Amino acid sequence: MSTEKITITVDGKKITVPSGVTILQAAESAGITIPTICFHEQLTPPGLCRQCVVEVEGARRLQPSCISSVREGMVVKTDSEKVRRVRRTNLEMLSAVTDLSESPEIVRQMKQLDADEERFAASPRGSLKDDNPFYIRDYTKCILCMRCVQVCSSDIQFSYALAAGGRGFDSRIATFYNKDLPDTTCVFCGNCIQVCPTGALKAKTEGNSTGVQHDEA
Amino acid sequence: MMKHEKTVRTTCPFCGVGCQLDLSIDQGRIVSVSAPENAAPNFGRLCAKGRFGTDYVHHPSRIRTPLIRKNLDSGKRTPVGMEGFREASWDEALDLAAERLSLAVKTQGADSIGTFCSAKATNEDTYIFQKFVRGILKTNNIDHCARLCHAASVAGLQKAIGSSAMSNAIAEMKNLDVFIVTGSNTTETHPVISTFLKEAVVKNGAKLIVIDPRKIELSGFAALHLQHRPGTDVAVYQAMANVVVTEELENRSFIDRRTENFEMYRKSLEGFTPELAESITGVKAVLIREAARMYAEAERAAVYWGMGISQSVHGTDNTLSIANLALLCGHLGKPGTGLNPLRGQNNVQGCSDSGGLPGIFPGYQSVADAEIQKKFEEKWNVTGLSKTAGLTVLEMSDAAGKGDIDTYLIMGENPMMSEPDLNTARKHFEQLKTIIIVDIFLNESGAYGDIILPAVPFAEKDGTFTNSDRRVQLIRKAVPSPGEAQTDWRIIQDLALRVEKKLGLPPSGGFAFQSASEVWDEMSGLVPAFGGISHQRIDREGGVHWPCPDPAHPGTPYLFADSFPRGRGLFTVLDCRLESERTSSAYPYLLSTGRVLYHWHGGTMTRRSVLDKIYPESVVEMNPLDAEAEGYEEGQRVSVSSRRGTIISRIKITERSPMGVVFMPIHFAESPVNELTKDLRDPEAKIPDFKQSAVRIAAAG
Amino acid sequence: MNTLHEDLKKYLSGLREKKRSSLLPALLKAQELFGYVPEETVDEISRVLRVPPVDIYGVIEFYSLLYSEPTAQTIIRICTSPVCASKGSEKIKKALCEYLGVPEGTPSPDKRFMVESVQCLGMCDHAPSALVGEKTLTKIGSMKIPDLLTAAESKPENKVSGKNPVLSKRCCTGDPENIDEYLDSGGFGGLKFAMTMDEERILEVIKTSGLRGRGGAGFPAGIKGESTAGKREDIIRYVVCNADESEPGSFKDRVLLSTDPFTILEGMLIAAFAIKARKGYIYIRGEYFEQRRIFVSIIESARKRGYLGENIFGTGFSFDVEVRSGAGAYICGEETALFESIEGKRGIPRNKPPFPVTKGLFNQPTEINNVETFGYMTRIMENLAKNGDAKEYKPVSGTKLFCLSGDVVRPGVYEMPFGTKLKDLVFDYGGGIPGGRKPKAIVLGGASGMFVPEAMWDIPLDHEHLEQAGLVMGSGVIMVFDERRDILKIVLEIAEFFKHESCGKCYPCQLGTARQLEILKRIDEGAVEPDDCGKLEDIAYTMTNGSICGLGQTAGSAVMSALQLWPEIFKKEGVSVL
Repeated sequence: MSTEKITITVDGKKITVPSGVTILQAAESAGITIPTICFHEQLTPPGLCRQCVVEVEGARRLQPSCISSVREGMVVKTDSEKVRRVRRTNLEMLSAVTDLSESPEIVRQMKQLDADEERFAASPRGSLKDDNPFYIRDYTKCILCMRCVQVCSSDIQFSYALAAGGRGFDSRIATFYNKDLPDTTCVFCGNCIQVCPTGALKAKTEGNSTGVQHDEA
Repeated sequence: MMKHEKTVRTTCPFCGVGCQLDLSIDQGRIVSVSAPENAAPNFGRLCAKGRFGTDYVHHPSRIRTPLIRKNLDSGKRTPVGMEGFREASWDEALDLAAERLSLAVKTQGADSIGTFCSAKATNEDTYIFQKFVRGILKTNNIDHCARLCHAASVAGLQKAIGSSAMSNAIAEMKNLDVFIVTGSNTTETHPVISTFLKEAVVKNGAKLIVIDPRKIELSGFAALHLQHRPGTDVAVYQAMANVVVTEELENRSFIDRRTENFEMYRKSLEGFTPELAESITGVKAVLIREAARMYAEAERAAVYWGMGISQSVHGTDNTLSIANLALLCGHLGKPGTGLNPLRGQNNVQGCSDSGGLPGIFPGYQSVADAEIQKKFEEKWNVTGLSKTAGLTVLEMSDAAGKGDIDTYLIMGENPMMSEPDLNTARKHFEQLKTIIIVDIFLNESGAYGDIILPAVPFAEKDGTFTNSDRRVQLIRKAVPSPGEAQTDWRIIQDLALRVEKKLGLPPSGGFAFQSASEVWDEMSGLVPAFGGISHQRIDREGGVHWPCPDPAHPGTPYLFADSFPRGRGLFTVLDCRLESERTSSAYPYLLSTGRVLYHWHGGTMTRRSVLDKIYPESVVEMNPLDAEAEGYEEGQRVSVSSRRGTIISRIKITERSPMGVVFMPIHFAESPVNELTKDLRDPEAKIPDFKQSAVRIAAAG
Repeated sequence: MNTLHEDLKKYLSGLREKKRSSLLPALLKAQELFGYVPEETVDEISRVLRVPPVDIYGVIEFYSLLYSEPTAQTIIRICTSPVCASKGSEKIKKALCEYLGVPEGTPSPDKRFMVESVQCLGMCDHAPSALVGEKTLTKIGSMKIPDLLTAAESKPENKVSGKNPVLSKRCCTGDPENIDEYLDSGGFGGLKFAMTMDEERILEVIKTSGLRGRGGAGFPAGIKGESTAGKREDIIRYVVCNADESEPGSFKDRVLLSTDPFTILEGMLIAAFAIKARKGYIYIRGEYFEQRRIFVSIIESARKRGYLGENIFGTGFSFDVEVRSGAGAYICGEETALFESIEGKRGIPRNKPPFPVTKGLFNQPTEINNVETFGYMTRIMENLAKNGDAKEYKPVSGTKLFCLSGDVVRPGVYEMPFGTKLKDLVFDYGGGIPGGRKPKAIVLGGASGMFVPEAMWDIPLDHEHLEQAGLVMGSGVIMVFDERRDILKIVLEIAEFFKHESCGKCYPCQLGTARQLEILKRIDEGAVEPDDCGKLEDIAYTMTNGSICGLGQTAGSAVMSALQLWPEIFKKEGVSVL
C-alpha cells in the first residue's frame, strides 16, 4: 500500500485516504459502515455477495466496495436508494432460500433495509449432513459465501476437502464425489466453522445452545 | 454465531505451536473453541485437537479426590484401576506423601528420590516443583519428557551455538525462501505450523525440501523429497555440505565472522561425496546435489525438524550435521533463516526453561556453578542445594532397577507409555517402594501409584506456557474443577510445606504463593532472560518471546542476529555412525514410531476425547508392495514383535511408508508400541533410539 | 475397462503441459472414453496434473458435457432455445423420452440412449435441431422418432447472404480446409503485409478502422490491442479467440469456422504479431464438434507451411495456436470465465478490474476477441495491402454479420452494412414471415437482448442508433416470432436459459435468475400475485446493477422489455392467489 494520499467524497463527506485502499476501507476510516456478507479480513475477497455495492459517480454499474480501489476525486454514495434497492432485493431473495435463524448479521442488515423476508416464495435448498463426530454441515443455512472452501483450500489450510460443486442456483459446497468427510482429505481443523457466518457449519457440542432468533436481532 | 455465557482467551494444551484459543463457556462447560484471528502465533487457525479435543477436560473419569492405594505396601506392585484405590482427604493424602518423601530423605538420602515434572503443566507448576525438589528435598533428580523428544536437539544445538531454542518465530514462516523439513511429519504433529509452511510454498513460491524416509503429506508440496533410509541422516547432511564446499557455495564472510573450526570441518568432508552418501542413504546423488544447491543458494533458508532427527542413538550428531550445514551457508541470524526443532508438547520449551532438567536451575543456569547456587539459596532462603547434576529420565529408571532409587514423584507424566522397552521399564517401576502421582486422570503410570493427587488441566488454572518459538503466553481459568481437584503448583506447595516441617527444616517462607503470577515474578527475578516478562505484560501483549531482559525490551522473535550465545558457531567434525538395530531374516521390518494428527502422546487426554472416535485404534502403516508380498489386507489384525515384546494392531496400507519400513502411533495403551522399542541411548543426550526397531509381523487371529 | 484406463494414461502422459491448464482436455478425454468421468480416473488425472481431486470434481459438476455418473452410449441433446422451442422441440423431446421409456437425463434401460435438453446449439437457421452423440441433426421436426436415434448426420447448410460481402467473401467458395485454395485466393496477404509494418502502426490502423468487437460488448478492437501491447518483449501475452458461441439465436461463428476458418486464424496471427504474443488459444464451444475438427486440421496445415511456429518466415515472430474445447457452459463466453476454463477451473467470471488487457489468461496481458472480430482484422489488413491508404479501410468495418432466425422465410447469416434497417433485413432479405402470417415480435441481441417495439422496426442497425433507443446490437442476433407464438413462453424459455447458465457466483444472478423463472412459471400457470411485476422489476434491477458479469447484467433485459411492451400478459388470466 502506497503512502500517497488521495481525496475522495463518500456520502458527501470529503475524506483523505492512502491510495490503494478499497472503498470499503476508505469508508470505514471515515466511520461509514458498508454492509458485507462474503467479505472476511483473512480471506481473498471473492466479491460475490454484492451486498457491499456502492454507487460511484461515472460508473455504469454499482461497484463492490470490498474489492474496488479508490481513485482521486472519486464520488461515492454508500446508501443511495439505488444501492438500497439492490441490497434489499438481494437479501429478500436470499432469505427465501436460506434458513437465516443463526445469521444475526444478515438479519440485522435486512431490518436496516426494511427487507421483507417473505416477499419471495420460500424455496429452501440444501440439506443437513451429519457424517463425522465433530461438526454438522447444515446446508439449509448455507449462503454460498465460499468462505469454507477458501479456508479449506488455498487461503488457510491447503487440505482441499471442499470445493464449489453444481452450478448456478444449484451450486453447493461439495466433497469429492459427495463422500462423507471422514473419507476425504478433511483434517477436521474446523477452520471452516470459524469463518462460517450463518451457523451452517457448527461444532456438535454447540447443538443444544440457544441460537440468536430472527426477532432478537 | 452462537451466544455464550462467556469467552475465555487461553493457550492450547496440545502441541508446541501454542495456538491461542477462545473457549466459549456455558454452564461451566467448554461448548466450542475458536481462534482469535488477530493473535500470534496461529492467527485464527487451529487443528482438530485444539478445535475439538479439549472435551477431555469434562471427561467423567477425571480424578475428583485424592486417592490412596488399598493394598499399600503389600508386596509386588501391580497396576490397578480406580477400584484399587480408596478416596482420601487432602490432608491424609498429602501427609502420607510428605511422610514417604521425608522418610526417604532421612533414611536413604535425597538422591533416592526420582522426580518427573511435566511438559504439559505450566511454567509456574514446574518452577514450584523444581523449587521443592531442589530446595526442600535437595536432589537434582528431576527430569521430564523433553529427554525423550528433543534432548538430542538440545545437546547438539548447545554445542554448536550455545542455545537450543527454535530460532525463528512461527510468523516468519510465510516469508521463507527455501526450507528443509526433516524428521517431522509437520501436518500431523504441528498442524498449524504446517499451514504456514504450505502457505509459503503455495502462495509465496518458497521451495520446500523434505528429507524424510516417509512420504509425508508435505512431500506433495515439496520441490524435492530426499527419501533416505532410516538412521542415515548424518550421511545426507554431510554429503550436502560436501557439495556446498566442493562447488564453493559456502558463505565465506559468515564463516569468517561468526564461526570457528571451519578448516578441520572442511577437511573432514573430503571424500564424503553424494555418491558415497547414495550408497549409505539410498538417495540419488543428483538429488543430494540439487538439495544442497537449493539450500545454499537461497536468500533465506531455514531448517525445521522433529523427533525423526532427535530420537536416535546418534541424535546429537544428526543435529550437529544440520547445524554444520546452516553455519556453512550462513543461514542463521536473519529473519527466515535458522535452526528450528519443533517442540512436541505445549510447554516442553517452558518446562526446560523453568528448570525441569537435572543439571540446571531455571533459565539454564548450571547447578554446579557456585555463584548461581548462592543466588538461588539466597532467594529461596535455603541452604545446601545439591551441586551435582541429577539423573535423567532413563537413568532414574536404571537406578530404580538397581534399587538406588525407590521413591518416585510424578507430576503429569506417563512413563509407563513413553519409556522405551516398556517391559523392562515396568519391571523397574514395580520395584519402587513409593510412587506419588499428581495427575488429572488415572493413566497407565497412575495405575502403579500409591498416592494419587488430583490436579487440573489447562482450562481450570492460570499460568503460562512457552511455545516452540519461545513465546510465553497465558492460560486462564475458564471452568470450575470437578470435585476437590487442585491446581498442580498449589498441591506441590502444600506438599513442600509439609515435607519441610517433617524434615525439621527452618521455614523458608518460600511456599506461600497466592497466585500463579506471583510464582512467575519470583522466577523472572532469577532468570535474566525473563526479566521483562510478567503476567500483566503478557495479558496486554498476548505473548512475549524470551529473551526479554527488561520491561522496555520488545522480546526476541528471532535469535542470533549478531552473535551466538557461545560466541562463535562451532563446526563439529562428525563420524557417520550407523549403529542401531538392524533388520534380520527373523525381524525383517524397521519400525518407526510417532504421533498422528488426532492423538497426543500417551493418549491420556485425546483418548478421552471425541478425537478418539475418528482414530480409535492403533495401526501398522505398511507400503502397498510389502502388504501385497505378505498377503495382508487393509485392516487385517496382525501381531508385531521385536526382540523385546509383541503387540497387536491392524494393517493400514499406505504409500506413506517406504518399502521395508513400518510406522506405528505411540498413543494406544492397548497396543503400547514402546514394548517394541529399545533402550539404546544417544551417548550425549541420553535420548533413546525410538525410531528404529527391527520387527516381524504376523497375522493374528 | 482396463484398456480404457490405459488409453487415458497414455493420453495423460502425452500431454505437453502436465498442469492444471490441461484439466478440461483431460476430463473431456475421460468423458469420451468412459461416457462419464469415473472416480479412479479423477485420481489419476489429479496425480498427473497436480490438481486437488475435489477441485476436479467441482469442475466436472460445472460443465454440462461432463458427468460424474455413468450415462449412455449416445446422448441425444435436443435444443430447447426459443427458436427451436417455437418449432416444436419440446414435443420431440417428450416423444423421445416416451419412446425410450425414461425421463429426461436418465439412461435408457439398455444404456444405449439418454435424452437431454441443451441450450441453443447454434443451428437456429435449421430449427429444430439436435445433437446425437457428436452428430448434428437439423430440422428434426419432420423426422420420425425412432429414425432420430439412428439417422445419418445432417449437417447444416452454411451460407452467408447479404448485400456486399466483405468478411464473408470467401465463405462457401471451396474447400475451407485447403490451405492452397486459401493462398490462391490471396490468403495470408493481410498477415504478410502486416509483418512488414511496425507493431504500433498495425494497432493504429485497426483503431482508425473503427472496428468494434463483435461478441456483444462492442469495445473498440484497436484500443483493446493497444492496451494489451507493450514495449517489453519479456512479458508473456496471449491472443484468444472466443468461439464459445452459445447465445441463443447466434450461429454466425459456426458458419465462419465451417466455411472460412483460415481468415479467422490469419486475424489471430495479425493480432498476435501486433501485440508480440507467442501463444494463442481458440476456445470453441463443446457442442461444435465439427468446427473444432476443422480448426485443428487447418492449424496443422498452417504449421506445416510455416504460418505457425517458431520464427515465422524469418521475421523472428513466433506464434502458435491451441484449440480448446468448451464443455457445455454458456458463461464461458464471458471473457474471464473463458480464461478460468482454459486454466482448468470452473468457468466463473472474475471481478473486473483487472481487465484482460492487463491480467487475462494466466494473469498475463491478453487480447481476446470474438471470431468475427478477428475475421475483420484480416480484411482490414488485406485492404490496406491492396489500397495502401489508411482512409480506405474505414468501409470494411462497415459491415456486420447478422443471424436471422425464427419465423422468417430465409433464415441464415447475413452480412449487411451498418445502418441497414431492421425491417429491411427481416422482411426483404429474410423474405418476411412464411405462410402470410403476421409478425408478432422481434428479439434483437439474443437471450441477453430485448424485444423491439414494432414502432422501432425501421431502426437502422448500428451501434449509435441502437444505443440511443436503449437497444443492443449484441452479437447480431435477430429472432422473429409470428402471430402464433406465445410471448410469455418465449420469455419463459429465456428465463429458463439464464437460470440454467448462471454460474452461481454472485448473489444477484444466482438468486435472481431462479426467482425470475419461478415467478414467470407461476404467472404462466395463472397464479398471478399482485406484486409480481414489482418483484420482476426489482430482480431485473438487482441483476442488472449488481451482477459481476454480462450474463447477470442482461439476464433480466428480455423480461423487462416484454413487460414494457405487453404488460397485460404478466397479469394473465387475472387470477389472483391472494
